[in-house]
Amino acid sequence: MSPRFAPGAAVRVARERPAVSRGRQHIRTPHYVRGLTGTVAEVVGPFRNPEGLAAGEDGLPMQVLYRVRFPLGAVWDRYGGDPSDTVDVELYEHWLEPAHAA
Amino acid sequence: MSETDRGHHDIGGDAAGPVPREEHALAPWEKEVDAIRFLLGQKGLMPADKLRLGIEQLPAEDYRRLGYYERWLASIAWTMEKDGVIPRGSFAARVAELEAKR
Amino acid sequence: MPHDSPHPDEHDHAPDDPSFASRPAIGARALRELLEEAGVLAPGEVARQVERMDTITPALGARVIARAWVDPAFKAWLLADGSAAVRTFGVDMGATPLHVVENTETVHNMIVCTLCSCYPKPLLGIPPDWYKSVEYRARAVREPRAVLAEFGVRLPEGVAVRVHDSTADLRYLVLPRRPEGTEGWDEARLAQIVSRDCMIGTALPHA
Repeated sequence: MSPRFAPGAAVRVARERPAVSRGRQHIRTPHYVRGLTGTVAEVVGPFRNPEGLAAGEDGLPMQVLYRVRFPLGAVWDRYGGDPSDTVDVELYEHWLEPAHAA
Repeated sequence: MSETDRGHHDIGGDAAGPVPREEHALAPWEKEVDAIRFLLGQKGLMPADKLRLGIEQLPAEDYRRLGYYERWLASIAWTMEKDGVIPRGSFAARVAELEAKR
Repeated sequence: MPHDSPHPDEHDHAPDDPSFASRPAIGARALRELLEEAGVLAPGEVARQVERMDTITPALGARVIARAWVDPAFKAWLLADGSAAVRTFGVDMGATPLHVVENTETVHNMIVCTLCSCYPKPLLGIPPDWYKSVEYRARAVREPRAVLAEFGVRLPEGVAVRVHDSTADLRYLVLPRRPEGTEGWDEARLAQIVSRDCMIGTALPHA
């Protein structure tokens, strides 16, 4: 299985649920990064999809998991820390799209 | 993003007070619940995502009111009945039975 | 998200208000008994698992950190393949790979699970209550420096905070910087200054 994104890639987290995730009761994408653009810090590898596992399915096809980095100043209005502060979030490939440069 | 798509457990970034620092040693029943979930996971009957789904499906007021391992207990009992591992209604019935004997 | 009152016959709604809430010990016993009667758990199996869990404490993680401080090859291995490296200490991470993040002169790492309470239990044991609290889970990604200040950690100038939200399959361990004044210490002595909170990212070790 070939990862769609490479380390360093700019990716955008889906704002609305991707098609395969609609109707799922369990997702692992936190609300606070939805619609935001981050940078792939690491391509972790393929894992069974927790959205399917929670429903008692086999979680296949596997989805590539990434660690994606977001500047906290971009995540929150009026972030009070340092401009260099970041949050890394583990996100599955089906929630990510290539980000286009502004 | 539609706010209704956010589970009540998805709380990253919410306003909250000081982090409560008091720690308690786990009661024997809490360790048992943790152990039960681990064993069910090992046996393929309850992956962690089913535990999470069960907790996420709790009504929001229960999520806030119940203690940590009480949420686990509710989730495991519900899931085991839902999946037919134990008979439906058997958990509440057994609890009532044991309470009557106290 | 509001829930309607469940119909008595329809089971696939959300779990009901559990009547056991005031006597959770009874609930745990009821669950264990039912699972044993269903043949899913063997008698004594839960007790044996509890005993195993009791042997895992943060001291185990502290030994790993101390080894990394004295042995550069082990440290490199720990950072490259945490699960494999800790197996040498008898730790089995199971299906959740261990991702070790190193504090440096310019980066301080801090771990949280905003969605639930994911934690490297096979290495550190049961997480502390505060790690599972709504307050920590909500604020660690929103105002990490304020949370660190509550824990008594103030970072030097030029150090960025890197928060890790443990949202999926990885489990995280912070490798703190070896403090000054520990030159020549052996592993056992070094392990003593590595607290649990150092490995979560809410404390710094001191000589």
